[in-house]
Amino acid sequence: MTVHLLFFASVREQLGVAREELPLPPGVGTMGELRAFLRQRGPAWQAALAEGRILRTAVNQSMATTATRIADGDEIAFFPPVTGG
Amino acid sequence: MKIAIQREPFEVDAELDSLSRGNASIGALAAFVGLVRDSSEGASVGRMTLEHYPGMTEKSIGAIVEQARGRWQVIDCTVIHRIGELEPTDRIVLVAVASAHRHDAFAACEFIMDYLKTRAPFWKKERTLEGARWVEARSSDDEAAERWGEFAKPERRG
Repeated sequence: MTVHLLFFASVREQLGVAREELPLPPGVGTMGELRAFLRQRGPAWQAALAEGRILRTAVNQSMATTATRIADGDEIAFFPPVTGG
Repeated sequence: MKIAIQREPFEVDAELDSLSRGNASIGALAAFVGLVRDSSEGASVGRMTLEHYPGMTEKSIGAIVEQARGRWQVIDCTVIHRIGELEPTDRIVLVAVASAHRHDAFAACEFIMDYLKTRAPFWKKERTLEGARWVEARSSDDEAAERWGEFAKPERRG
């Protein structure tokens, strides 16, 4: 399955990537599993998506949790807590 | 209902006028305008950049407005949020609610603003004398949203 990843604000800057199409290996079926998988891509990924860091995630533009299931073609976003207004 | 995410400035008078014009059932208009301050966390702020998540931001504000309509009697409302480069004294956000009576207008306006601050995907990056920095989310904003009750439980962290 392939997903469309989006990164915003400080997460985007740390990774140096705003968007990416990424094929996922079998066994990556939830947001928690995806985050763990992405951390293995290198030091920048390990830091930006570190286990203790409070991040928000969205699947198809709805807020997600670590248990949210992901499917082929999903739009998946990682971003820090929001600071608008 | 009007929801706009825009780079351009907005005119408060014109927005309030178009919200209430020609509707004699409206007895109250409550509006909140957020401005860029020249200081933050003790540091002097020059300019700031507002980033958003195109699509999800509009959708989440729409959902917040729908929740407000479910709780209070709201005849119409306008939410405008600016993005891009802003400087101190610029207006960032307008939330205006039209209702028959003031209680509904005040409460819905404050609710929409509290939820927008904690739910709508916007991020501020400030430029201070020490350099540029992303603004950190504040727990006082979460508490402000949580006091509205069960709808406001924080999202589980993903």
